[in-house]
Amino acid sequence: MTTARIIQQPISVFSRTRKGLGRWLPVAIIGVFVIAAVFAPYVAPYDPNAQNLLARLKAPGTVSRNVHYLLGSDELGRDLLSRIIYGARVSLVVAVASVILSGTVGVLLGMLAGYLRGWAETAIMRLVDVFLSIPAILLAIIIVAVLGPGLVNVIVVLALTRWPRYARIAYGQTLGVSNMPYVRLAAFMGASPLRVLFRHILPNIIGAVTVVASLEFGLMVLFEAGLSFLGLGVQPPTASWGATSSTGRNYLATAWWIATFPGLCLFLLVLAVNLFGDDLRDRFDPRSQ
Amino acid sequence: MKRFLAKRLWQVAGTVFGVITLIFFLQHLTGDPTYLLVPETATKADIEALRRSLGFDRPLVVQYLSFLKQLASFDLGRSLVQNVPVSTIIASRLPYTLQLAGGALLVACGLGIPVGIALALNRESAIARFLASIVLAAQSMPTFWSGILLIMIFAVNLGWLPPSSTGGIEHLIMPSFALGLLSMATFARITRTALLDELSKDYVRTARSRGVPTGRLLLRHLARNASIPVITVAALEISNLLAGAVIVETVFAWPGLGQVTVQSILARDFLVVQGVVLLGAFVTIGLNFLADVLYSAVDPRIRLDGVRG
Repeated sequence: MTTARIIQQPISVFSRTRKGLGRWLPVAIIGVFVIAAVFAPYVAPYDPNAQNLLARLKAPGTVSRNVHYLLGSDELGRDLLSRIIYGARVSLVVAVASVILSGTVGVLLGMLAGYLRGWAETAIMRLVDVFLSIPAILLAIIIVAVLGPGLVNVIVVLALTRWPRYARIAYGQTLGVSNMPYVRLAAFMGASPLRVLFRHILPNIIGAVTVVASLEFGLMVLFEAGLSFLGLGVQPPTASWGATSSTGRNYLATAWWIATFPGLCLFLLVLAVNLFGDDLRDRFDPRSQ
Repeated sequence: MKRFLAKRLWQVAGTVFGVITLIFFLQHLTGDPTYLLVPETATKADIEALRRSLGFDRPLVVQYLSFLKQLASFDLGRSLVQNVPVSTIIASRLPYTLQLAGGALLVACGLGIPVGIALALNRESAIARFLASIVLAAQSMPTFWSGILLIMIFAVNLGWLPPSSTGGIEHLIMPSFALGLLSMATFARITRTALLDELSKDYVRTARSRGVPTGRLLLRHLARNASIPVITVAALEISNLLAGAVIVETVFAWPGLGQVTVQSILARDFLVVQGVVLLGAFVTIGLNFLADVLYSAVDPRIRLDGVRG
């Protein structure tokens, strides 16, 4: 074990040896969920909201009156597999929308703070400090308490909660890039601040932002599921993995499948996203090259 | 050190003030906070009477100042649903959450630090790869799902542990593991990084070349130096654990702050939610400050940076 080898180690614990299958499996898993979400009406075997009170809490594999409950049925006799497939929509829509929204707001404010300096820097970065000093779950909860639950509100809540993460990264990166000779030259030659920000600074910081966004994506999936689990997210009868798990919590002794399969999907999706993010970091993060 | 402390305390005061202002702003986000405090069945006259009695009909600036004044005297208001002061509710639930967070911290450190050490010391072996995948899995688990799996395995199937609620130490085991799992991953990562950082330093190479065995090196030299970042992270993780308790307490019907917060949202008892969030924020700010002081007390270089910057 030589010093040189230690220094060359990437920051990430889980990279290095993954090639071939290890690299493509996460992408494949994400792909499966995306296809399930986009083509839910064609992929799902049944209507996710069709109740059948005669076929409540049927075990996986049960066939009841020509309906094949591949993953079992829930407490209202709805097909669990169909509900999980539709649930992928909620998870992915919320995660994509909240990452884009919080990323855009955060990166814009972070770049402004780093480039303009002065009072803009003080105001924005102090605001970031304030937001970050409230634990994210609690901040999300109090905003839900004010706005009320629901799909759109969950996206707004997550965006409001998470933008400071991006602002910090964008700010730090912008500070570094702003002092580069070519950026100073561009400003000196009369490029407007907007042009400098978007043509010269943004392309340089987008790599670091992408890495953060990939990690945030997994976190947003977990946040949405957590809020829905608490009854503060997407409202019934819309299928959501978190809400379904919450129902399943009440039937652990009699119907283990209701809580198990949605949770498993969450786990697989987040795991795949995190692995994919690790891979991105290895490529984008100059420290690990 | 004095100048550093003064500067940091000044920043802390600013952040506390900022948090209070943000919460006030959130209260008024939808216009009239009265609606956050009444049950859906309330009549118009009830709402009007309440608005007046709580002073929500006054100008915003006046309301803001009285909010500040109220908090300055540690008054979090009164729960209209339960008709007791919010601080009483919080005080009765806090011990449970502290127990849970304590148990979780124990799990997180107790598993995370050894795993981090193992990861740093043997990096190419099969064991390391196995541990690394456990850490990654722990990071990707939804907290409520790990709780549910634990209940299914240890309560429903094996019958070893009670599925929920409070009681003896056996009631605390599963919630602590469910809550501590995510922090365990954080501790493992930080310990590994901190240790690898130290391992790459010259004094380690010198000691190694003189034939000091790894175990002795670890205990005598590395443990002390590498523990600084780990302690700092521990301070920050405590606030994550307190917040994460919201979900774990709901899974295990644990009567702590998290459970009362969720119940209060569903019962439209906003002041309780607000009280818990303020408490969570103040604890986080306090722990951050503590971590900073701790860090600078151990490493004077940071102090200098802090004063200059």
